[in-house]
Amino acid sequence: MDLIALLAIQVLYAIASLALISVGLAIIFGMMRVINLAHGEFLMLGGYAAIVATSHGISIWIAMLVVAPIVVGIIGVIVEMTIIRFLYGRMVDTMLATWGLSLFLVGLTTAIFGNTTVGISAPLGSFQIGAYRTSGYTLFVIGVAVVVLAGIFAVLRWTRLGLIARGTMQNANMAAALGVNPPRVYAVTFGIGAALSGLAGAVLAPVSGVFPTIGVAYVAKSFITVIGGGAAILSGTVSASALFGTINQIATFATTPVFGEVALLATAIVLIRLLPQGITGRFFRRGL
Amino acid sequence: MNARTLNFLGMGLVGVIGVAFLILTPRFAELDAVLELTIYMIMAILALSLALIWGYGGILCFGQSAFFGLGAYTYAIAMFNIGESTVPLLLAIALPAAFAALLGYFVFYGRISDVYLGVITLTVTLILFNSVNSTAGPEFHIGVARLGGFNGIPGIPPLNYPGNRTAVIDLEGMFYLSTAALLAIYFGLRLLLASRFGRIIVGIRENERRAELLGYDPRAYKLAIFTIGGALAGFAGCLFANWGNFVSPTIFGLAQSAQIIIWVIVGGRGTLIGPIVGCIGIQWLTTALGANQPSGSDWWTRLLANAPLVLGIILVAFVLLVPKGLVPTLGDFGQWLLRARTRRTTSALEPKQAEER
Repeated sequence: MDLIALLAIQVLYAIASLALISVGLAIIFGMMRVINLAHGEFLMLGGYAAIVATSHGISIWIAMLVVAPIVVGIIGVIVEMTIIRFLYGRMVDTMLATWGLSLFLVGLTTAIFGNTTVGISAPLGSFQIGAYRTSGYTLFVIGVAVVVLAGIFAVLRWTRLGLIARGTMQNANMAAALGVNPPRVYAVTFGIGAALSGLAGAVLAPVSGVFPTIGVAYVAKSFITVIGGGAAILSGTVSASALFGTINQIATFATTPVFGEVALLATAIVLIRLLPQGITGRFFRRGL
Repeated sequence: MNARTLNFLGMGLVGVIGVAFLILTPRFAELDAVLELTIYMIMAILALSLALIWGYGGILCFGQSAFFGLGAYTYAIAMFNIGESTVPLLLAIALPAAFAALLGYFVFYGRISDVYLGVITLTVTLILFNSVNSTAGPEFHIGVARLGGFNGIPGIPPLNYPGNRTAVIDLEGMFYLSTAALLAIYFGLRLLLASRFGRIIVGIRENERRAELLGYDPRAYKLAIFTIGGALAGFAGCLFANWGNFVSPTIFGLAQSAQIIIWVIVGGRGTLIGPIVGCIGIQWLTTALGANQPSGSDWWTRLLANAPLVLGIILVAFVLLVPKGLVPTLGDFGQWLLRARTRRTTSALEPKQAEER
């Protein structure tokens, strides 16, 4: 019984972390059809931002939840204005340019921070489930994921900004005819997507540590979550994270973490073969 | 001078330069330079494999290094088990080709769009990297060959002349083999692309729907070209395993994949010579940047020695500023010069006409 409770928490945590690392990418991909291969590096920058801020005496909570998203959001807007803006509609070129950006950012952070892992210790101690102990930080990550997803839902569903965003997503020309300025919407969206990536990177930094090439570990997982999820931003991310997170955690539990990841990636390939439009291409079509 | 003559002239030029390079280099260059040039030739074969499937087939494969690594590992493992290099060499071509065919079947017959294809190939590469990386223990072995995990497989026996296992190919022999193979593959691909099959491939790249309505099955053609690309990459991997007598999982890595794509995009999609030029140029640049790194040098020398940083800037700059790549852009420029000259000499004779499109 205790073991099942522990496993349930681990599965929830796997789902939450998948959803967290994917949601920024899902917003950028869902809104603008831009495949941002520098996504992993945005997460990495979020981690570094939090660590640098903490080492300058800022409280770890503020560093993770405020500083990191703002820093990475600003970087995202700069990237949009200098690179992405010129490549809308050229999906393959965007992919290549953002890959170049990803290499550049890896090189730059290696030059600045060195090729070593830096970490911050996870706050919040641990708690007891029957005979087992698990980290309280796990619950915090799950909580952050829930709050972020709920917040995105609220913004998209009930605010004017969300209305404009959904309109531009459905038909950019029509939205422009009604007085919306799509380039500005895109810039803001890219910034928000980057900020959420920064937040995710910072929140996961105490768990995984941060090093310049950590983006590689994230990027494939977040991509297949977004593509497996399909066009709808929220229901896609949630359903794909639920599926992949569960499989990953159970395979990890049965074998090793490495094969857990391999199982996740293999499932994703099969899923894309069966449902090329992603989960929300067939189910939950009316979702957000 | 029309386009066709230019084309033949270019091919002849490549042939002459290639053969001269093949014969003369070992006579005049030091052994370490020959060794360095050998790896350029091997990587140029890898660049050609992507030039074929991306530049002509229109299939953006982010996982070309998967086939490359698979070829290298297959050769290494088969070599330890067999000891005579003919069968391992063939296996190192056949296995990646079969893997490419399987993956291609999955992707093309599932009608997955090209962007998702990029993500799937990327994912497959990561799966291979992760799996091979975690096989360090002695329990992971195929026959007598231990996989070695992140340590890689050292001391791979070199190729030998077919049928005679004592007559191994030495370093100079590797140079001849790699260069000759590169030339043979280059001209082989030119022939292939000039054939009916090649024309259909290019037609599918230009407009898949139209090719389909004309009665061709794009899935089968794409699968065929993808398989050929996989076989070539596997062959390059086999040569690579020979060159260093060593393979490690990093050849499956994203950095390797990125490099191949950068070679092709810098050199130019839709040409064969471009990716070769791009590959050699970038390789030379990476070596040159990495070599000059005395400790205590000022910060911007250190920054320049940082290969990912420089490669990243090159990739972004080419996508934004020279999207066609070097060779096609130079070709356009040459044609513009040629046209400008003919226009000047003939403009007095011809009647004025509407703007030429």
